[in-house]
Amino acid sequence: MRSVSESASTVAVRVLLFATYAEQAGSALIELTLPAPATVQDVLRRLRASLPGAEQLPDQPLAAVNRSHARLTTPVGDGDEVAFLPPLAGG
Amino acid sequence: MSRFLTTLPIDLPALLAEVAAPERGGVATFLGVVRNHQDGRAVLRLEYSAYEPMAEAEASRIVSEAEEKWPVRVALSHRLGELAIGDVAVVVVAGSGHRAPALDACRYVIEELKRRVPVWKKEFYADGSMKWVDPTRQMSPAPAVEAVPAK
Repeated sequence: MRSVSESASTVAVRVLLFATYAEQAGSALIELTLPAPATVQDVLRRLRASLPGAEQLPDQPLAAVNRSHARLTTPVGDGDEVAFLPPLAGG
Repeated sequence: MSRFLTTLPIDLPALLAEVAAPERGGVATFLGVVRNHQDGRAVLRLEYSAYEPMAEAEASRIVSEAEEKWPVRVALSHRLGELAIGDVAVVVVAGSGHRAPALDACRYVIEELKRRVPVWKKEFYADGSMKWVDPTRQMSPAPAVEAVPAK
């Protein structure tokens, strides 16, 4: 829980990529810091800008925040884990 | 529920034992088995991988939902790593006092698993190529030239 006296102007997130996305981007784990407030969409934009292979990611991938399915509009908080998920193929 | 993901062959008797109880007369089971074809191409083997902590969490959520919707006990397991044709990739078992809730819950769980649980599979084909399976793009046209094993 953030104390009242702190002003959080940035959000640090861990981004996880899997399967075809990790192969295309050449990385499975990326640490990013963005201006607050930020959404999953902002994380995706920053990822695309930071990682050469990541521009191949689709415009609207499946996403998760802290291990639950999320939308591109879902807000992300400091320390969150954001994952971009290729089409699921379990079962 | 025991841990959802495993790299070992799935222990079906153990899963059945999890849902067994003197009052549960109906046990429904689904097995997902690695098959030898995908979109007309001959598959040699598969590699399954997952966003493991989220897969565990999502599987738990799905089981809780099924156990709330129906009077059932559910157990399931998904295998990761290298699998051969005929290997069991996933098992869902549901036990209830009667067959209808067991069958309905079993169906629900496998459908939700496929829709929500972050697992991926890479297929290795007879012609030496490989591809991450995208269920949203199935039934793509077969390539013009393809090595097909003799029957």
